[in-house]
Amino acid sequence: MPTTTIAGHEVEVNEEGFLTKPDQWTEDLAPELAKLIGLELTDAHWQLIRFLREDYKAQGETATLRRASTQSGVPVKELFVLFPKKPAKKMAYVSGLPKPKGCV
Amino acid sequence: MENTTKNLVVLGAGTAGTMVANKLRKRLPDSEWTITVVAKDDIHDYQPGYLFIPFGMNTPQQIRRSSRQFLSPDLTVVMAEVERVDAEANTVHLEGGRELPFDQLVIATGTTPRPDQTPGTEGPEFHKSVGEFYTFEGAVALRDQLARFTGGRLVVHITELPIKCPVAPLEFAFLADDYFRKRGLRDQVEIVFVTPLDGAFTKPVASKTLGHLLEEKGITVETDFMIESIDQEERVIRSYDEREIAYDQLVTVPLNMGADFVAASGLGDELNYVPVDKHTNRSTAHDNIWALGDASNIPTSKAGSVAHFSVEVFEENFMDAIAGRPLSHSFDGHANCFVESGGGKALLLDFNYDTEPLTGSFPLPKVGPMSLLKESRANHLGKLAFRHIYWNALLPGRPLGLPSEMSMAGKVPADA
Repeated sequence: MPTTTIAGHEVEVNEEGFLTKPDQWTEDLAPELAKLIGLELTDAHWQLIRFLREDYKAQGETATLRRASTQSGVPVKELFVLFPKKPAKKMAYVSGLPKPKGCV
Repeated sequence: MENTTKNLVVLGAGTAGTMVANKLRKRLPDSEWTITVVAKDDIHDYQPGYLFIPFGMNTPQQIRRSSRQFLSPDLTVVMAEVERVDAEANTVHLEGGRELPFDQLVIATGTTPRPDQTPGTEGPEFHKSVGEFYTFEGAVALRDQLARFTGGRLVVHITELPIKCPVAPLEFAFLADDYFRKRGLRDQVEIVFVTPLDGAFTKPVASKTLGHLLEEKGITVETDFMIESIDQEERVIRSYDEREIAYDQLVTVPLNMGADFVAASGLGDELNYVPVDKHTNRSTAHDNIWALGDASNIPTSKAGSVAHFSVEVFEENFMDAIAGRPLSHSFDGHANCFVESGGGKALLLDFNYDTEPLTGSFPLPKVGPMSLLKESRANHLGKLAFRHIYWNALLPGRPLGLPSEMSMAGKVPADA
């Protein structure tokens, strides 16, 4: 796996740029990852990032869009505003988590 | 004298519930175990047949039977809806107030399309210009609808994954291409395939092969489309990111969810699927509760083949569990799916938790007769023949001779 340096941290990423080791993520990486996909993080973003990190720790997999919405109480429509076009993927990307599977 | 007979309760009499009840009845002596199957009605549909009904490739009569006829006479059958499961008290509450105590519980109540979950689906045009083929009634209505269709835009649409038989919407698009070609109308019909995924299918290798097929057949693909609503008056579907796709005939696959009693019992995830260990199908919350078939949250296709393979593994593990032994068998997520590609051909996909769909031959290495990940006539005939195998061997619990564990012999990993 290629490595790259983000916010002064050397991290492993896959071909799509997702961190491959969620443990390598720290909170100071999020704004940098967000910048790479054209996002500026607000409190509303952070609420979801923290939810996703906690949920991943408990479940061992990245929450799907539906799970993120039902568990955090943020409507899907709002997730599309916060993380335009591809909210599930973008939330995972910024949170240093694998792309959600949810689909097999 | 104290009654020492134990109770195994199986909720659901579909593919998984019927197989598991019949198989365990052969393994468990009547004097030790009472097995009760709760079925919501006396209807057992061969669900893969729903896909064929709209195109007249199966008649409705061919795919509908009585549930009871497939359940061993040595089982206790109760026709009722489940209200909730009290996992702490080991009791199933049925609608109408009846209670069934259990020592072991198998939840096999599947997954169901939920048109009520997308605004605008259930209007006056439902089962008309807003069609679906995931129910018997829907498939029959769509057959009549397609018969009247003489031109315009046909939109085949998936709401959200996971869905039962994830290849079925693609097959629908392929078969629609074939159907309108045969009617001499293909030039007048535009076919659009709309998916929330970023490609034709969930597995990269298969997605590539299937994506090529869509292109070859002139079917347009609209990806990353998360539907917000259907507008029956304007005849458009709208996504959360405010895209609109117009249709003349919509064929939607509504959101699929597990049974409502699963949620009411506090046993489900956000889509009412029961969280289980993916190798044993045992509930992660209760040691004496298991979920089989589409009702569980295992990360593989919701498909009859998975139900079949996982039931065989479960049977052994269940015998271990009731004898107080550690579980000795492990399910690998093996799925195998026929994909009808039109023109009397089909592809066959074979994959599990860890392995992408392979090329090669099935079920016998190098001999086949069916080929993996490639269109062939034999695959199509295999798919058609499976209905008979399903009624006559699979449901009664007779061995099919297919290994539940995926074998790599004679198969070659394809390049992604």
